[in-house]
Parts: sequence; C-alpha cells; structure tokens
Amino acid sequence: MTQFLSLLLNGISLGALYALIALGFVIIFKASEVVSFTQGSLLLLGAYSIARLSDPLGFFPAVLVGIVITALAAFLIERLIINRLRGKPVISLAIVTIGVDIILLTELIRRIGSDILNVPHPWGGKSFRIGEVGISQNRLIATLVAAVLIIAFFLAFKYSSWGVAMRASAEDGETAALMGIRLGRVSALAWIVAGALAAVAALFLVGAPTPGVSAAAYTVALRAFPAAILGGLDSTGGALVGGLLIGLSESFAAGYQDQLLFLGRGFGDVVPYVVMIAVLLVRPSGLFGTKELTRV
Amino acid sequence: MLSVDALHVTYGGAVQALRGVSLEIPDGKVVAVLGSNGAGKSTLLRTLSGTLRLHRGRIDSGSVRYGDIALGGRDAAQTVRMGLVQVPEGRRIFGRLTVEENLRAGGMGNRDKAAKARARDRVYEMFPVLKERAGQRGLLLSGGEQQMLAIGRALMASPKLLLLDEPSLGLAPRIIGQIGEVIAEINQQGTSVLLVEQNATMALGVADLAYVLDVGEVSLSGSAAELARTDEVQRLYLGHDSDEPAAAAIRRDTGKTLSRWTA
Repeated sequence: MTQFLSLLLNGISLGALYALIALGFVIIFKASEVVSFTQGSLLLLGAYSIARLSDPLGFFPAVLVGIVITALAAFLIERLIINRLRGKPVISLAIVTIGVDIILLTELIRRIGSDILNVPHPWGGKSFRIGEVGISQNRLIATLVAAVLIIAFFLAFKYSSWGVAMRASAEDGETAALMGIRLGRVSALAWIVAGALAAVAALFLVGAPTPGVSAAAYTVALRAFPAAILGGLDSTGGALVGGLLIGLSESFAAGYQDQLLFLGRGFGDVVPYVVMIAVLLVRPSGLFGTKELTRV
Repeated sequence: MLSVDALHVTYGGAVQALRGVSLEIPDGKVVAVLGSNGAGKSTLLRTLSGTLRLHRGRIDSGSVRYGDIALGGRDAAQTVRMGLVQVPEGRRIFGRLTVEENLRAGGMGNRDKAAKARARDRVYEMFPVLKERAGQRGLLLSGGEQQMLAIGRALMASPKLLLLDEPSLGLAPRIIGQIGEVIAEINQQGTSVLLVEQNATMALGVADLAYVLDVGEVSLSGSAAELARTDEVQRLYLGHDSDEPAAAAIRRDTGKTLSRWTA
C-alpha cells in the first residue's frame, strides 16, 4: 500500500509536468495549426540556460532569465519561420518544426557534451515524507507550481480576451480575422506561453530524482507528446488528463517492474506510447479531441 | 465613403473572378449587389475586407479607396480597425463559444471600452433573444438567431460600413423579412451598408442603390427602385417571368396553385 501511494504521488507530480509540456503542444496546435515537434529542444534549452546561468546570477534570477530565453526562442521560431508559412500544408509545417528541433537540439547537445550540468535547486535532493509515503521535495514543489500554472492557464483560457481570441481563431481562423482578431499575434502569444511552460517543466524535470541536465532531458518532452495526442490534440483539458495518465502509468510501470518482468526491463520508458496506441485504437481523435478537425 | 475602381481580381494567378468592377458606396446609404453564383460577389467582399489573400486571391489592377485610404494591401484586422466590418456568408458564428463570447470576439478590434459597452447594449436592444441566450453555445441557436448573432458580432466593432454577405441564405421568408428590417435599422443609426444578396426582393426593398454583377462585371446599376422595374432584373432576379401562360397551363391541368419558392 505504501508503495502504491508513493508511486501514485510521484506519478501525479510527473504527470503534472507532462501536462505543462502537453498544454504547450495543444495551444500551439490550436493557434497556428502546427503540430510542433520543437517542444523537446525548447525544454532542453530552458534546462541548459537555467543550469548555466545559476552560477553567475544565482538560482532564482537564472530561472527567470531561463524562462524568458526559452519563451523568446519559441517566439522567434514562430515569427521567423511558422508565421511565414501560414496557410501552407499542415504536414510541411510539422516537418519544418522537426528540422528546427534537430538544429536546436544538435547545438545544445554540442554545448552540453557528455557532462551532466547541475541545477542548484535550493530545495536540493531532500525528500518529503507523509508517514511512510515519500516524494522528493523537488517533485512536490513541481506539483504545486504546475497546479497553480495549470489553473491560471485555464482561467485565462476561459475568461481573458486572449483566451476568447484564441478559441475563436482555433475554431474558424478566417472569421476571427474578419472580426479584427490578429491571428499572427494570437499565434505568437501561444508560442511564447508554450515556451515558458516548457522551461518551467524543465526546471523541475532536471531536479531530484533526476541527476541534472543531460541530453536525456530531451526524451522527457517526447513523452509529453503522447500525452497531448491521447488527450486529443486540440483539447486543453485533454492535455491535462493525458499528462496525468502518462505520468501515472509511467510511474506504476517503473515501480512494479519486478512484477512486470515478463515484459522486459525498462518497460516504464515504453509505457507512454503503449497507452497512447491503446487509447487511439479506441478513440482515434483522442479522449477529448474534436472528431472532425478539418472540414472540406 | 467607399469607391471601387476598375477592379481586377484573380485566384491562383489563373481564375479571373472580377473583371473591371467599379462601384460607389455613398455615406449613409444601403447599397445592394445582386448576382447569381459565381458572379464575383464574394470575391468583391473578400477584397474589401482584406481576406482575399487567405483564398490565394490577388488584386491585379484597379483600386479600392475607403475615404482617403487605399485598401489594397491591408489585412483583415487593420480593415476592421478602420471601421469596415464583414458579416461572413453562412453566418460562421463560433459554435463552441457562448453567445456572449461570440460578441466579445466581435469586439476584439475595438480598443475603446466605453464604445464596446455601448455596442453591446445596442446589440442586446436590437436582438433581445441574444441577451436571453447569452450563456448558451452558439451552436444551439436557430438559423435566424445565428444570423442575428453574426450581425450583432459585427456590430460590436462599431463599424462605419457594414458588409453583409448573403444574410438571407437558408432562412425562412419571415426571418428574411426581419433581417431586412434590421438592416434598415442599422442604417438609420448611421452605418452604411453593402448588402450582397441573391434574394433580390429583400435586397432591393432596403437598398438605396443597387448593382448587378454578372460573371465578374457590373451589368446594371442604378437606384434600387429603378433597377427593380427593369425587365432584366424582373426576369432574372425577381422571377416575374414572361412565361406566365405556361404556368397557368400547369395550374389548369393539376388544379393546384404554385407558390413562389423564395428561400
């Protein structure tokens, strides 16, 4: 029971971080109709910036600057590339984002090399215990921060002008333009938010129990992709549920891997994709996705 | 207020949609543009509202002037901020947004908060049913209510010139009559209107001036009342055929009376 609760808690915290990244995927998709594969390298950029800047600036300023750098990078990708290709086939745009991702990733990996950069989280590697159930303080803070950000995001999405503009242009871009909504601005803002969310997720994903920033952080963002897909690529609520589902299943698969030994070691790494495929077989447009994404 | 001069528009560099269209919209008037499918009515509106590029259309020659400003290369959002707002064909309301959110979306181009509040009051006053249904999703409204929402949404931007693309499309004759009254009311409150229609009866009823588009060219123009009397408009758009004896013959044979199908 203790193990179960502890895995549950860790799964939720991991899932909340996945949800942050997945929300980025979803709002970019809604605002610019791009399936963006750049989230992974943006996440790594955020982690790298925070790690490198912590020494000269101190931890909290470094976090702030790191988030700004990542948001700025996302903004530049949108302005310089995606915005110019507006209206081009969705598949070309997706491939373009893969290209951007590879360029950014290669440069970051070159800089990081084989090192593991340390991010000096003030809360360090200590863990928090409720009775027998333990979770690293890093993951606990991550869960709280992610929860606050997710709630703020949903409130803004529902009530702010940006949210209304965003939902209107996602539903019918041409009509939104006819109403005076600047599609370019909505899309740029979506990328900025997605970049910032990725950086926040990065901050916690490279803390305990993970040793630090290495190229492996990139693969974590890839796991948020099945989270976004299985929730339904155009559903923000879906991103949240998908993120939690992936986080929990990964946590449980890793925790009970002795019982799952017949499936081979490291099954936890594969589980997000297995869950995604299972969900898509039953619901091809995801749990909460709109059935018909393009009208003829 | 708005003048279009010898406008040529092509799609994808090949399909000529407008071939030298010229027309004037005087300040404070309702101008109707009639024409059948493919006459270039929607292309004309897209040119005015700045959405031509979204359809891969291009202005080849000619000019569109709004007051002293050339509208040529402006995008849709800029056009709205200048006071030129279009109600799209087929209503195109945001079905997953509530009625109130639809109106909010319509006011996005309007920076002035007081003006927005006034616009909202005016919309709710003109269409009380929208106020009753403010919290409902747009999808759940009836066709006529959706058209009212589409018009109300456009009014949220406090337009000086309202462009209406076939507001009668797919609506019952009684609702079409109401739409006509609404257009007249909006005009009386000081907004000029460009009304693109296939339903000539309603359009010529509310318009001061009218143009008839035919395969990308203006074939007839004049005051709406004058145009309604010409043989060509009578025959092509108002349906007063010279084939009356044939219809009478059918009536004799079947004993049924035929009523006109207007929607």
